[in-house]
Amino acid sequence: MGDKLKALIIGPGNIGTDLLMKALRSDHIEPVWMVGIEESEGIKRARDMGLKTSVTGIEGALPSVIEDDVRIAFDATSAYVHAENAKALNALGVIMVDLTPAAIGPFCVPPVNLAQHAEALEMNVNMVTCGGQATIPMVYAVSRVQSVEYGEIVATVGSKSVGPGTRKNIDEFTRTTAQAVAEVGGAGKGKAIIVINPAEPPLIMRDTVHCLLTDDPDEAAITASVQDMIAEVQRYVPGYRLVNGPVFDGRRVSIFLEVEGLGDFLPKYAGNLDIMTAAGLRTAEMLAESVETGKFALPARA
Amino acid sequence: MDLAGKKVTLHDMSLRDGMHAKQHQITVEQMVSIATGLDKAGMPLIEVTHGDGLGGESVNYGFPAHSDEDYLSAVIPAMNNAKVSALLLPGIGTVDHLRMAHELGVHTIRVATHCTEADVSEQHIGMARQLDMDTVGFLMMAHMVDEHALLSQAQLMESYGANCIYCTDSAGYMLPEEVTRKIGLLREKLSPDTEIGFHGHHNLALGVSNSLAAIEAGAARIDGSVAGLGAGAGNTPLEILCAVLHRMGVEDGIDLYKIMDVAEDLVVPIMDQPIRVDRDALTLGYAGVYSSFLLFAKRAEAKYGVPARDLLVELGRRGTVGGQEDMIEDLALTMAAERAD
Repeated sequence: MGDKLKALIIGPGNIGTDLLMKALRSDHIEPVWMVGIEESEGIKRARDMGLKTSVTGIEGALPSVIEDDVRIAFDATSAYVHAENAKALNALGVIMVDLTPAAIGPFCVPPVNLAQHAEALEMNVNMVTCGGQATIPMVYAVSRVQSVEYGEIVATVGSKSVGPGTRKNIDEFTRTTAQAVAEVGGAGKGKAIIVINPAEPPLIMRDTVHCLLTDDPDEAAITASVQDMIAEVQRYVPGYRLVNGPVFDGRRVSIFLEVEGLGDFLPKYAGNLDIMTAAGLRTAEMLAESVETGKFALPARA
Repeated sequence: MDLAGKKVTLHDMSLRDGMHAKQHQITVEQMVSIATGLDKAGMPLIEVTHGDGLGGESVNYGFPAHSDEDYLSAVIPAMNNAKVSALLLPGIGTVDHLRMAHELGVHTIRVATHCTEADVSEQHIGMARQLDMDTVGFLMMAHMVDEHALLSQAQLMESYGANCIYCTDSAGYMLPEEVTRKIGLLREKLSPDTEIGFHGHHNLALGVSNSLAAIEAGAARIDGSVAGLGAGAGNTPLEILCAVLHRMGVEDGIDLYKIMDVAEDLVVPIMDQPIRVDRDALTLGYAGVYSSFLLFAKRAEAKYGVPARDLLVELGRRGTVGGQEDMIEDLALTMAAERAD
């Protein structure tokens, strides 16, 4: 194994901290910087885990990026500040993995299209939404077998796992996910629904995927493809499970999923947040693997 | 109970909540005919949308016979006095749908969230207010929290700009005393300029009694449905409520015989099944389950052999909320597999 790719995380909140805990176990990524805008619990935790920290935003870390050989940045802030962060870091040759809904770069759902992004040397990839990460692999698992006219996903999440940012702009979830169901999942048309459930104890994230096919389904081929894809996602989200299905009803295929998190920093029921951090890290790791095998060359640095 | 001299605005649900009972297959002609009849009977406000609100067309909730645009653009120009409302559930519909409804002449927008999740409605309520629409915050499954929790959610919606707040008994679970407590506290604590509304379901045959309790406690808007056409055992049957209100001296502006005729001549003939408290609808009210789950549970029973009642009781035990229709087939599959072992 070669040297790990060094990474910077922006946003020391729940998502950033969970991502940090996962990254510290990685064979391919070494988190070296945590960036916040003020002193906080999250900054303190990162410092305790041995990271350099900035409490003055990205400005505080920029002068050290080259010297510390930072190659990857994860943005766990908001769509509003992501554009600035991306501009500053891309200029220094740092690849952005965007966990905000900014969607400046192309959508990335690791088992579906990360390989293509790595080949295209994308400097900014967007991780869609939690509902998108949980369901698009399944839409794709069906669409790679036969044509999907329409793909619809229903994500049900525990109330405690939905933060104020998502709540203030829930339309962003609906729109972005629907768009990615079509663009990445391969459905002719995409639709997304999110339901928030306040039950106690909190429910584990549930996702339902409905696909309407152009022709009668090849049930055996779709079932096999779905099961292969479940195993693929389980490589980075072990708690990703097929609860029921695929169920076939005429040209409708329905798949019922549950996503349990690892319980690193976020509780296990928050599979919706866990799958985002895990997919973000998986993206960085796959890039690192491509660098190690020479398939992907990092932006040149003097 | 003395309600004499009180004024109330009635709001018909047959062309929106009734869409659930019709699996969203009401035709444009039927909508225009029923809405015209209601307009002539003096109904001030008529809701026209997919059962699950704007943008509800989906595998999960059912594809309608026509789009929201088609229904709204046919019904609205046909109205003389009645105004038309549309429902919107954030997470299903977006502000794009809201703008479309506004452009087509929708007067009232009702932004609906589960009774603990009001903060997902800020962008939609804000937009509706910006468009100067009559803006309603609609707190669903309100039996699942106490009156203080309901009030705090109502205050959030009020702060976003809603000029009317509904206590919505989506499961038809509430008893009159609970309605009195909840509407009473909302009336006492919200701004005097904010109207209070009540939306009932008839699953325990309490639609009319609960509506009377709501009026007594200060509700100014009452939802019902002509001939009761709505999810579960239907909404509060409007022609019955009108007859009771008229005997009690409440002013609702409705011509009783005309609304009776709309119920009998236009709505009952289009029903796919009698709207009544059968054992499954009764289970909704008894177990506190979202009323539009009814037909999904019956279909799952037919397909997987698990009784609808068992499914509904378990969905209630799990604390499912409006919108989780996908969990019905999922649960039926799981229970059928367990029972086969």
